[in-house]
Formats: sequence, structure tokens, C-alpha cells
Amino acid sequence: MVPTKPHRPLGFRALPGLALLLPGLALPGWVQAAPPTLNTGDTAWMIVATVLVLMMTLPGLALFYAGMVRSKNVLSVLMQCFAITALVSVLWVVYGYSLVFDTTGMEKGVVNFNSFVGGFGKAFLAGVGTDSLVYGIPESVFITFQMTFAVITPALIVGAFAERMKFSALLVFMALWFTLVYAPIAHMVWSGDGGLMWDWGVLDFAGGTVVHINAGIAGLVAALVLGKRKGYPTTAMPPHNLGYTVIGASLLWVGWFGFNAGSAVAANGTAGMAMLVTQVAAAAAALTWMFAEWVIHRKASVLGIVSGAVAGLVAITPASGTAGPMGALAIGAAAGLICFVFSTSIKRSLGYDDSLDVFGVHAIGGIVGAILTGVFAAPVLGGFGTVTDIGAQVWIQAKGVGFTVIYTGVATLVILKAIQWTMGLRVSEEAESEGLDIALHNERGYNL
Amino acid sequence: MKMVMAIIKPFKLDDVREALSEVGVTGVTVTEVKGFGRQKGHTELYRGAEYVVDFLPKIKLEVAVTTDQVERVVEAIQSAANTGKIGDGKIFVYELEKVLRIRTGELDGDAL
Repeated sequence: MVPTKPHRPLGFRALPGLALLLPGLALPGWVQAAPPTLNTGDTAWMIVATVLVLMMTLPGLALFYAGMVRSKNVLSVLMQCFAITALVSVLWVVYGYSLVFDTTGMEKGVVNFNSFVGGFGKAFLAGVGTDSLVYGIPESVFITFQMTFAVITPALIVGAFAERMKFSALLVFMALWFTLVYAPIAHMVWSGDGGLMWDWGVLDFAGGTVVHINAGIAGLVAALVLGKRKGYPTTAMPPHNLGYTVIGASLLWVGWFGFNAGSAVAANGTAGMAMLVTQVAAAAAALTWMFAEWVIHRKASVLGIVSGAVAGLVAITPASGTAGPMGALAIGAAAGLICFVFSTSIKRSLGYDDSLDVFGVHAIGGIVGAILTGVFAAPVLGGFGTVTDIGAQVWIQAKGVGFTVIYTGVATLVILKAIQWTMGLRVSEEAESEGLDIALHNERGYNL
Repeated sequence: MKMVMAIIKPFKLDDVREALSEVGVTGVTVTEVKGFGRQKGHTELYRGAEYVVDFLPKIKLEVAVTTDQVERVVEAIQSAANTGKIGDGKIFVYELEKVLRIRTGELDGDAL
């Protein structure tokens, strides 16, 4: 079922990096490797895109989550996002970039150890100088751009165990998860020829698999291992400041143009189309969630419409380099509806406490997007991919999803259990009722 | 002397304050409170999770008055706070033993 490789219709350069997860498709740029020359236009755009993606985490995601928790935990969530950003940034330059993008020992079509994870050849960013180029942009920019993806992925997980995890345990978990889960998955999908899922032909333009399914599944596992918040679901735990959540979601939406259009690693037609489909999918999903809620619960809610927008952004992420605007409409609408159902009725009926719906929005939206990427990449459906056999591509996408779900699920479980048995994962019951802001940080969010 | 305590809808506070001034009341204590009565609460829904909010925000007024003022004060509050809908609140009147103005030491009627 592996697609025959090279057919990259689009004009974009395929860098093995993050963006194109189009293994089958993305080869030319990567492979033909005429010595790259610096493209100032691309460089300017990628610097901006990098900053936009950082803005998604700080303050976008941080506020999105902070508004949804109770007022006694507002600082804990902001703190977690901030600390993860700092921690992963450091780990990224020490060894993370190397584990993801060191291609030593990789060979197209050959599955070996380096198909799963990179080596240490670029540890401490060995050899990176001001002249180093990747695809026409300075490698320093590429490293920072990729770093912002490595930052937001673990930060997304925070929403699943909000209001109950020890801060010390969180730091250990995030360092281990980044090392043992994020780095290998990103390497398998984005490192280029010889990467496991790259070679399978999985399409993941901007990180539906690497970022969203990865974080969403880890979130579900974390919610299950940590257990429910005290009092859930009988005690009311309404969001304490939906205004923050709206600001956060809006910053995510704007930042997402850096995420998706930046994943072209160029200022070109692919980036432009990625920008367009990102907007279309977010809008379609926001409306779908809003109307679904209106019909089922009789009121259109603010939390609903912003959740829908995020679900649409998640779902279009893997497809943003290959889908057309009409495909984006369909992907957004599907994500809005399916994520709505998962984050409301299915979550309630299964009883797990994924506090801020990391699983319902990111894992489910990511899976919907990953599968539909295989459908709407087909030119016959208005896509810009090279997919002619939709069924075959959907099967490849499903393999990528399945592998990621299983690998992430198992590895996350092992990491959490190891921490639980050594240092413990949860705060005491007393600290949980008092609120993590005071209990863990000796501060309160509101001194009114 | 009597203490008049009234629970009213928050948006009626300004009307009640004006009505009290008109009948010669010179001081009122106002507290934001929550509670429930026959109006009961309302429901809130966040991502499908429905919460019943039992306690609704109300305003509590406390007015100390001389005995001959009581009827006018109670009427003034009632007419100003009345919307005709459930949840308008209640007025309680009870005996007031002693009043002292801290600054001057004046007592009872002189202190009101």
C-alpha cells in the first residue's frame, strides 16, 4: 500500500522538516539538493512564522487554558505553559533538534534504528553557524521554527490534567515525554527519506500527527492515570474567565497561520493556499460546533464557538499543504461536529476527566484531519496533492494514525507510571481543594 | 426603632435607593449576597457539562429607622423593587435595641 514515491506536484520545497509530511510526495527539494542559496523573502517570512507559532503557546494556549480552569488554578496553568516553553527550548538545542533532524544512518526505504529516532550528530547544535542553510533559509531560523512546534506539543497536554498535577512531576514528565515521545514521532514523520512514517507516505503537512494526535493521546492517558479531579463530575467546575479563553483561542487562530503556512518553509503558493484553507476550516468548524450546540442544547455558546474554531484548525493542520478551499470546508465541518460530540456527550458518558478536552479536540480533530487529508489531497476533490487512489492514501493515513496512537499511548503510560511510583503525580487532596496557585506557587491570581 | 432588611434584585438597587431618599432615609448598608427562594437557580452549560447554579446573586439592604418611619420605608422598598416577576425578594422587619453614633456618642433616635 505504500505509494510510489516521488510525485510532488506542488511547487513547494520539501524539507524533511516539519512541514511536509508528505513522504511520498515531498521529495524533490530534499533530494535534489543543489547547494541552497539564501532566499531573503523566505527567510523573512519564516522568522515571522516562527514568532507566530511561539505566540500560539505564549500567551495563546496559556490563556485559552487559563480561562477554562477555576480561579484558584489560573496561575498554575499559565506557569505550566511558561515553564514548558522554557524547558523544551533548552532541551531542543541540547539534543532535541538532533534527535529529530539528524539524518545520519537513514536510507530511503530501509527501516533501521535511525528510522525511529535521530542520532546525536547535531547535539548542542554542532556545526550550526550564521552561514548554515536549510532550504534557502538560515538553519538558525529553521531550528527556532521547529523549536516552537516542540514547545507547543507538550504544552497542549497540560489541559488534560489541569488542576491536579504536581509541578515537579510535570517538569519531569515533560522532559521525558519530549525526549521519548515527541522527538521520535517528529523524526519518523518529518526527517525525510528513511524516516518510518515518511517512507510509508503519510501526509502530515504541519503536524496533525506529530503535534495534535500525539498530544491528544498523551492527554487522554494522563487524564486516566492521574484520575478525576476531586468532585468531578458532580461538583460544578465552570470556566472562571471565558474572556481569557476567547483571547487565547483568537491568538491561537492568528498564530496558526505561522504554523500551517510556515510549514511550507517558503513564501510561495503553497504557503498562500495553506493560509487560505486554514481560515476556511477554522470558520467552518466554528459554525458547525456552534450550530450543533444550538440545536442540541438550545443555546449557542462562546466556549462552543471558540472550541469549534480550534478543532477546525487542528483538523486542517495535516491537510493544509494539500487540500483546496472546498476540501477545507468539508474538513472543518467534519471536525466541528465530531469534536463536539466527543468533547460533550462521549466524554461525559465514558467518565474520564480530560479537564480541558485535549483528547476531544486535539486527538479527535487530529485524527479526523489526518484521515481526511488522504481524501482531500486528491485533485479530483479540489486538492493539490498527487493522490489518485484515495482509498490507498486513506489507508496510509490510518496506518500513521494507528502507529502514533499506539506508540504514544504506551510510551506515555510507561513514563507516567514510572513517575507515579517514584515521586508521585498528584498534589494532595488538601492542595487540590485549596488550589494549585497557593499550594504550589504561593501566589494567587486575583488579589481583589 | 426597627431594622428593615430587604433582599432585592440587584438591578433594582438604584430605584430603591432613590425611593428611600424620598421618604427621608439618610443611611443604608448594602451587601452583595447569594441565595435561593422560589425563583430557584438556573443552569449553565459548558461543553455539554450542565451545572445547576442554586444560588442567585441578590442585594441585601439594611436600613435602621425610627418606629414611625417603618411603614413608609417598607412601602417605598416594595414599590421600587417590584417587577411583578418571581424573585423580587423579601422585606424583613425586626426590633432594634440600641443605636450609637461612634463619633459623638449620640444614642438611639439622635443617632439615626
